[in-house]
Amino acid sequence: STHLETASQQQRIEKILVANRGEIACRIMRTAKRLGIRTVAVYSDADRDSLHVKSADEAVHIGPPPARLSYLNASSIVEAAIRAGAQAVHPGYGFLSESSVFAQLVEDKGLAFVGPPASAIRDMGDKSASKRIMGAAGVPLVPGYHGSEQDVELMRLEADKIGYPVIIKPTHGGGGKGMRIVQSPNDFVDSFLGAQREAAASFGNNTILLEKYITQPRHIEVQIFGDKFGNVLHLYERDCSVQRRHQKIIEEAPAPCITDDFRTHLGQAAVSAAKAVGYHNAGTVEFIVDTATGQFYFMEMNTRLQVEHPVTEMIVGQDLVEWQIRVANGEPLPLSQVQVPLSGHAFEARIYAENVPKGFLPATGVLHHYHPVPPSSTVRVETGVEQGDVVSMHYDPMIAKLVVWGESRAAALVKLKDCLSKFQVAGVPTNINFLQKLANNKAFEEGDVETHFIEHHKDDLFGDPNNKVIYEEAYSAARFGAKLVAACLCDKEHSALKESQSGGPSLHPIWYTHPPFRVNHHAQSTMELEWENEYDSSSSKNLMLSITYHPDGNYFIQIGENSDHALAVKASNLGNSNFRVEAGGITMDVSLAVYTKDQIKHIHIWHGSQHHHFRQKLGLELSDEDETQHKTSFESTSHPPGTVVAPMAGLVVKVLVEDGAKVEVGQPVLVLEAMKMEHVVKATSGGFVEGLKVSAGQQVSDGSVLFRVKAQE
Amino acid sequence: NSAPSLIPNRIHHFQKKLFSIGILPDGVNRSSDHFSQNSDAMDRLLSQLQSHVNKVLAGGGESAVKRNRSRNKLLPRERIDRLLDPGSSFLELSQLAGHELYEEPLPSGGIITGIGPVHGRLCMFVANDPTVKGGTYYPITIKKHLRAQEIAAQCKLPCIYLVDSGGAFLPKQAEVFPDKENFGRIFYNQATMSSQGIPQIALVLGSCTAGGAYIPAMADESVMVKGNGTIFLAGPPLVKASTGEEVSAEDLGGASVHCKTSGVSDYFAQDEMHGLALGRNIVKNLHLAGKQGMVNSSPSINLEFKEPLYDVKELRSIAPVDHKQQFDVRSVISRIVDGSEFDEFKKLYGTTLVTGFARIYGQPVGILGNNGILFNEAALKGTHFIELCSQRNIPLVFLQNITGFMVGSRSEANGIAKSGAKLVMAVSCAKVPKVTIMIGGSFGAGNYAMCGRAFNPNFLFLWPNARISVMGGAQAAGVLSQIEGANNKRRGLEWTSEDEEKFKAKVIEAYEREGNPYYSTARLWDDGVIDPADTRKIVGLCISASMNRPLEDTKYGVFRM
Repeated sequence: STHLETASQQQRIEKILVANRGEIACRIMRTAKRLGIRTVAVYSDADRDSLHVKSADEAVHIGPPPARLSYLNASSIVEAAIRAGAQAVHPGYGFLSESSVFAQLVEDKGLAFVGPPASAIRDMGDKSASKRIMGAAGVPLVPGYHGSEQDVELMRLEADKIGYPVIIKPTHGGGGKGMRIVQSPNDFVDSFLGAQREAAASFGNNTILLEKYITQPRHIEVQIFGDKFGNVLHLYERDCSVQRRHQKIIEEAPAPCITDDFRTHLGQAAVSAAKAVGYHNAGTVEFIVDTATGQFYFMEMNTRLQVEHPVTEMIVGQDLVEWQIRVANGEPLPLSQVQVPLSGHAFEARIYAENVPKGFLPATGVLHHYHPVPPSSTVRVETGVEQGDVVSMHYDPMIAKLVVWGESRAAALVKLKDCLSKFQVAGVPTNINFLQKLANNKAFEEGDVETHFIEHHKDDLFGDPNNKVIYEEAYSAARFGAKLVAACLCDKEHSALKESQSGGPSLHPIWYTHPPFRVNHHAQSTMELEWENEYDSSSSKNLMLSITYHPDGNYFIQIGENSDHALAVKASNLGNSNFRVEAGGITMDVSLAVYTKDQIKHIHIWHGSQHHHFRQKLGLELSDEDETQHKTSFESTSHPPGTVVAPMAGLVVKVLVEDGAKVEVGQPVLVLEAMKMEHVVKATSGGFVEGLKVSAGQQVSDGSVLFRVKAQE
Repeated sequence: NSAPSLIPNRIHHFQKKLFSIGILPDGVNRSSDHFSQNSDAMDRLLSQLQSHVNKVLAGGGESAVKRNRSRNKLLPRERIDRLLDPGSSFLELSQLAGHELYEEPLPSGGIITGIGPVHGRLCMFVANDPTVKGGTYYPITIKKHLRAQEIAAQCKLPCIYLVDSGGAFLPKQAEVFPDKENFGRIFYNQATMSSQGIPQIALVLGSCTAGGAYIPAMADESVMVKGNGTIFLAGPPLVKASTGEEVSAEDLGGASVHCKTSGVSDYFAQDEMHGLALGRNIVKNLHLAGKQGMVNSSPSINLEFKEPLYDVKELRSIAPVDHKQQFDVRSVISRIVDGSEFDEFKKLYGTTLVTGFARIYGQPVGILGNNGILFNEAALKGTHFIELCSQRNIPLVFLQNITGFMVGSRSEANGIAKSGAKLVMAVSCAKVPKVTIMIGGSFGAGNYAMCGRAFNPNFLFLWPNARISVMGGAQAAGVLSQIEGANNKRRGLEWTSEDEEKFKAKVIEAYEREGNPYYSTARLWDDGVIDPADTRKIVGLCISASMNRPLEDTKYGVFRM
């Protein structure tokens, strides 16, 4: 009852500080603004010009780019809130959202924490403790070891008891960081020590738990909500089975292919779980469903608003951030369990800057072109970036969340596919194409999902580079795309010329008419494009296009000499980078992105469901005139054999061998870390390590040479 | 039907009526036999033109082109394309020079010339074709090179020489070396143009031997391409023969030598593309835009022009292949001037010469077009009109279709020679840009009075149906056979009507051959044979190119009154 009194005495929230960045900060501010609540952003040096800073009424600088010095710095954030005169702090997800210390600090300073009570965070944050509590509350649990004794040998015996495969998890943290699956006792020790190291680096706590590893599981989670009066309800479940690197990429609500009965049971279990820890505000109870037995087990509870909360909002028609604020204000839940509607089906696709063929490694770079699909009542784009922004190595590489809603799962999926094909990002590699393949996968269409979905369908999702038929299909599509690119670029060049001519007392425009005039013949030009095969960079191809300007305004475009048939293309620029193109009797919309990076011009084209990426050597007009530095070939192809380059930008955490050491093929040489994920760099061949100059603690950039393995004499 | 709405309507109607004063009627009967006959005949002429052009576009043959490519060299037209502003137009000159001129084919005379913009500035391009006889200079090559320089000097166009030539074609040295308008004149022109502030830029993309070495050496700025570009007065074989020194071409006169040591060249290019890019940069840095007094930027140019009301392609059906067939030159004018608007001057006087004011792509022009034989009055009217235009700095366009001045006692007594002389005086002295298009016959003094080649029009083009000669073949045959008959009679030889017909046929055949447009264009009596449908475009480009200079005042000589 004392709790209740403080809630009612508490001043209503008029100004809120959002202790986060990116899309979630923007999303929280949007709701706050709608409610008339003023917003305060916090930012690191890297985010000075970020969208979340621009979206806020006020912004406070909190430190340098590394998160532990800024977004994880609890005291400077609380200080910022006090300085700005905010009454509440919303932690978003990630960073300090599940820090009970932070929640406590906020409360202690007389501010409202828009989230659960610190005690609930503490209880659920310790995975071993939470399992104990859940077990006591009658929530089903996966067999495992959750003890505090962390000796390696003891842990190995516990693993033997549970039976392989087992999963190793840090008790603190989430998002798959530090997790290891161990298939046999031989691999246990290495994996265990790696998990400890990663856990220590990410969460400042290296306690590990063990569990039985379910081979064909589904990941289904239930959104729950509680108020300060002890009411708890659920807002149905989300299926987040489709994951890569133990991280979710496509989520949906409600879960496909489950019975109403199962749904009810799941919801009740989640509500019991929340009640067991005196929960209020938004939370998610995660379950693992064994598809073989239909049994579900409590996995963990996320004591925050989750990344994928919008799919729930779409099917229940509620704004969960508004609910969070109302609960923080001491209001009761606006609905009762029976009043919660369930309408249609929603998908969320997470669009990441990442390198899919390199094992989904995070990518960094400039968003040279960023045109998300236009939002509508059924399409949401949650984003924290704008065109021109940098996806840096400091934070999560998620660019946006695409959320769509449809009357049924099938209808929503049609919309998802359409939106993905129209979602334009260029400058950094993304997983959009991969998401498209996922959305088009037969098993996915049928809702036949499980957490190993990607691995089980990898042939379909990644494409086999040795499959001639698939390659030829892709190559022929790329050739068509290249022809459209040529026409659009010619048209763009022409309108640019026209524009530059219209200013100033320069030459008569008759010299720049379209098509360009030639005496008794047609003007021609050539264009060299290198097709970047997204799934097999080794099979990138040079395309030599010849373009003939016909007097009727058509470009006749041919690739190579004679063998190829000339395609008649007419392109008209609709402004920006959008074109209406007529090619081979079909009129279509085409979008282009053109930017320059490292002396290479990159051209992206989107048409229909197709996206192609081409590269073009820059004209020498812009190159260095120093004769000794003249380069005619692409940089990446110039490394000698045996060279190993950094697969991503990151931090060297460990160097395992000395320079000059003899190594076997596949032997780990050093460990890189980026986005709190470790990546072991191995010897690509047997021999002696040469030129290994990096040391632990050193930052390396994507593609930089790490060392070379020289074969034995 | 309320009152206020009537007023604007009436104003509209009134304006429309005012406006239509100068609009020419269509003037073409599309269902006539002539129309379809001319059209068919022109189609044949155009396909002949196309086949001639296709041959020269292929350069010096498949193997030579292949060899050129293997050296990472582009063909001359491709080189020019890469120098030009992307997507811009190029006015190529004398494409068919050297056509059937020598025992061996010499496509485009071995050199490509023409005008186009670089960084918004019109330039004259002179590009050797190394696939044609190693880019050596035949007599016609020199003539074409000099003609390009002449236009550049007249229009004050920066010259870009794309050098890739073995120098003079030695077997014809007597026709290329010694005379005034021979090889040496190229360098004389470079020197004098440079002295007038007309930039001279050389890009050495291939060999540049002996006399040719002076082209980059005389240039204001020059670029050399590593590996391909060489400059030397004597090549390795000649050096070995004269001094015994053995040296490679690259070490003797390559880009490194000339950019680092001798200073003969200024910019070092890694490869051909780099060299062409450097060439564009040189033009970018000319900064001539600040020069005063360009006619080109004159406010009299209206950039919001209308296209002609009638299809310009119909010019192909208007031009008669039979020169005896009359046609109204106004139907040509109506298809080349803006909005088909032509304000005719002295319409009712001297009606065989049509004169009047119009615009082509917004540029004001005075047009003189033949509508029959020139009589006294027509010549006087033409003189008057030229005086008007040169006083007002209006460029002149001559549409030639002329069999000559009127002959006969009445004409002579009227002083037709005196009137003709007035027209020739005016044509010669007028300092405004002049463009001549031969759209039909061009015979005798008519060629002179209507600004033929001798009268320095800035540009002169032929339609494929044109004919040029001192008189028509039939008339010449008549004159010559009368003389021949009289000679034979005096010598007491027999001269049957059969002999006469044979003799006449021979003369007519010779006139037919020599009056042919390809005979003319092969010898550079003109700047090219063009499709009638391109006339508006080409005249527009020519006027724009000729306006790239300050105004000049016209001073006439003594008019015989």
